[in-house]
Amino acid sequence: MKMVVVMMIMMVMAMVSEANMIEQTCKETPDFNLCVSLLDSDPRGSSADTSGLALILVDKIKGLATKTLKEINTLYKKRPELKQALDECSRRYNTILKADVPEAIEAISKGVPKFGEDGVIDAGVEAAVCEGDFKGKSPLTSLTKSMQKVSNVARAIVRMLL
Amino acid sequence: MTKEVNSKIGVWLLFTLIISNYVVDLEASHHVYKRLTQSTNIKSPSVNQPYRTGFHFQPPKNWMNDPNGPMIYKGIYHLFYQWNPKGAVWGNIVWAHSTSTDLINWDPHPAAIFPSEPFDINGCWSGSATILPDGKPVILYTGIDPKNQQVQNIAEPKNLSDPYLVEWTKSPLNPLMAPDAVNGINASSFRDPTTAWLGHDKKWRVIIGSKIHRRGLAITYTSKDLLKWEKSTEPLHYDDGSGMWECPDFFPVTRFGSKGVETSSFGEPNEVLKHVLKVSLDDTKHDYYTLGTYDRVGDKFVPDKGFKMDSSAPRYDYGKYYASKTFYDSAKNRRILWGWTNESSSVEDDVEKGWSGIQTIPRKIWLDRSGKQLIQWPVRELERLRMKQVNLRNKVLNSRSRLEVYGVTAAQADVEVLFKVRNLEKADVIEPSWTDPQLICSKMNMSVKSGLGPFGLMVLASKNLEEYTSVYFRIFKARQNSNKYVVVMCSDQSRSSLEEDNDKTTYGAFVDINPRQPLSLRALIDHSVVESFGGRGRACITSRVYPKLAIGK
Repeated sequence: MKMVVVMMIMMVMAMVSEANMIEQTCKETPDFNLCVSLLDSDPRGSSADTSGLALILVDKIKGLATKTLKEINTLYKKRPELKQALDECSRRYNTILKADVPEAIEAISKGVPKFGEDGVIDAGVEAAVCEGDFKGKSPLTSLTKSMQKVSNVARAIVRMLL
Repeated sequence: MTKEVNSKIGVWLLFTLIISNYVVDLEASHHVYKRLTQSTNIKSPSVNQPYRTGFHFQPPKNWMNDPNGPMIYKGIYHLFYQWNPKGAVWGNIVWAHSTSTDLINWDPHPAAIFPSEPFDINGCWSGSATILPDGKPVILYTGIDPKNQQVQNIAEPKNLSDPYLVEWTKSPLNPLMAPDAVNGINASSFRDPTTAWLGHDKKWRVIIGSKIHRRGLAITYTSKDLLKWEKSTEPLHYDDGSGMWECPDFFPVTRFGSKGVETSSFGEPNEVLKHVLKVSLDDTKHDYYTLGTYDRVGDKFVPDKGFKMDSSAPRYDYGKYYASKTFYDSAKNRRILWGWTNESSSVEDDVEKGWSGIQTIPRKIWLDRSGKQLIQWPVRELERLRMKQVNLRNKVLNSRSRLEVYGVTAAQADVEVLFKVRNLEKADVIEPSWTDPQLICSKMNMSVKSGLGPFGLMVLASKNLEEYTSVYFRIFKARQNSNKYVVVMCSDQSRSSLEEDNDKTTYGAFVDINPRQPLSLRALIDHSVVESFGGRGRACITSRVYPKLAIGK
């Protein structure tokens, strides 16, 4: 019985300290709640070091970009009058997927985080430009705002590696 | 090139200036590389290329960052550089290679160093060239191994009788320096070996950038043969709080005069040498240097009073400038500085245009007479590009006036101006809290009259000034009733382009000059780069701009 209690206490302590890693890291970002929800929901989050947490965030950027591109594709049919802005957004989000994300992954994995920072910052820039092209009538606002928020959190975590 | 300042007097208002200047057109070449080493699957760059430079070093396409291993061998200059064969962002990096006989016109060659062995299979990162006593060059560079760890390797020319040194071979002894449990070196913070130098004990030394938590340091290794290296117990220098030290550079300069000094030199018999330690700080993305002395017995760098190797140190360039590196040009007995300037456009723009990154014009670098700072000036070879010259002499500029310069290609020019300022005593006193010149320049755009000024240049300006970049001076009094002045130089990109996704940060620098003497401003304008020199090289600011209207003719 004592053994079981000791083991349970150790497990709880381990879980608490892992949760603390995520919390401690997220405290240093501009959006604690978003940061925690992104990392907690990912199975890798509980055992990742700072580098690993940064890579999870990059993965979230990748997922969000993919989701946004899908939405852009459905909008071509629903809102054909927005074609020009949708084209621009498509280019911008493809850049996030094909340039920013691979750059960030390679840079963070190999220990030159500044290029990772460039990549995640740019994800936010591309989202903002896309949003701006609709001149106030954007059908993508919640997605682009999401990207900017995730980009800010990712950047804060990558900066911890510098 | 000395400019005469004429002291004829006109009618003076609050402040007036006489300018004497000339503007010239120039153009260089970097022949398009016809044979590709591997096929690439990037989208083909757009045909329209308003931003490619005419006389700055850049590869025909794709991403470039740090200048690597600059050197001269058998009269031919070499520049290697970090290059991505596959796209316009950082990645898949190799050592691309070009040569030149004049530092301005370049011929590309196949990549000199690219992943091929376990010790660099995941990347061939930055490094330096060392010229051996017998004249043969070797390259020390950082490789990324299969475990993504940073290690140091050596490569030498495969064929010394090839004047272009196209092919390089790597030693089977690589990696020569690697992090391990014994030396405790941080495996993801160990990179950018410098040019090696010889000590009096005939041992070579090299430093490698690193960090331990927030302590930035230059790890020293010594070797008798450049192959077997021993880590010194103490670093050459370190600073707590500065973060990772990237691209360190360590070299001697003469106390007086502008000649270069070979990296291993102990100086001539009657010559006093100072040493310069430079680092690129990851945290701030700027290059900083300190002046000091080299304690050869303890293998330590001792900064002069007033210098600290952190972000308070002076910068080579107060604009977009990083990963710089010098080399000793034995042919012309000068030390030359290369620096990387990245883009201020979005990545999408870079992918669209198919390239990213340029090098600044190589600059001769030497210690100022005062001994308190380094001076930089574009190599004189640049002047050979000058074609049409426009000369304006003795123009008086009254408050809020503008003088348009006609007859040049505004996107590709070399401008040099001398301002003679009257009524200095009318300058405002600088606020004691204004210690950051970048903030002074950002807070006060060109329309604010403060101190004496602004006075300077508007470049890459569209017809109706919807777009322009301004490089200018402001003069302040140091204190009330003082006869000491503070000169600020600003490079303002805030109105440089109608495009919104550019980085239009304003840059600023203090210029240590006496405004009672004519103030010199030189600007190299090259399509999407403005490289400015204040006070004949006392302050340098490089900026990137992408006007939509102010392009072409």
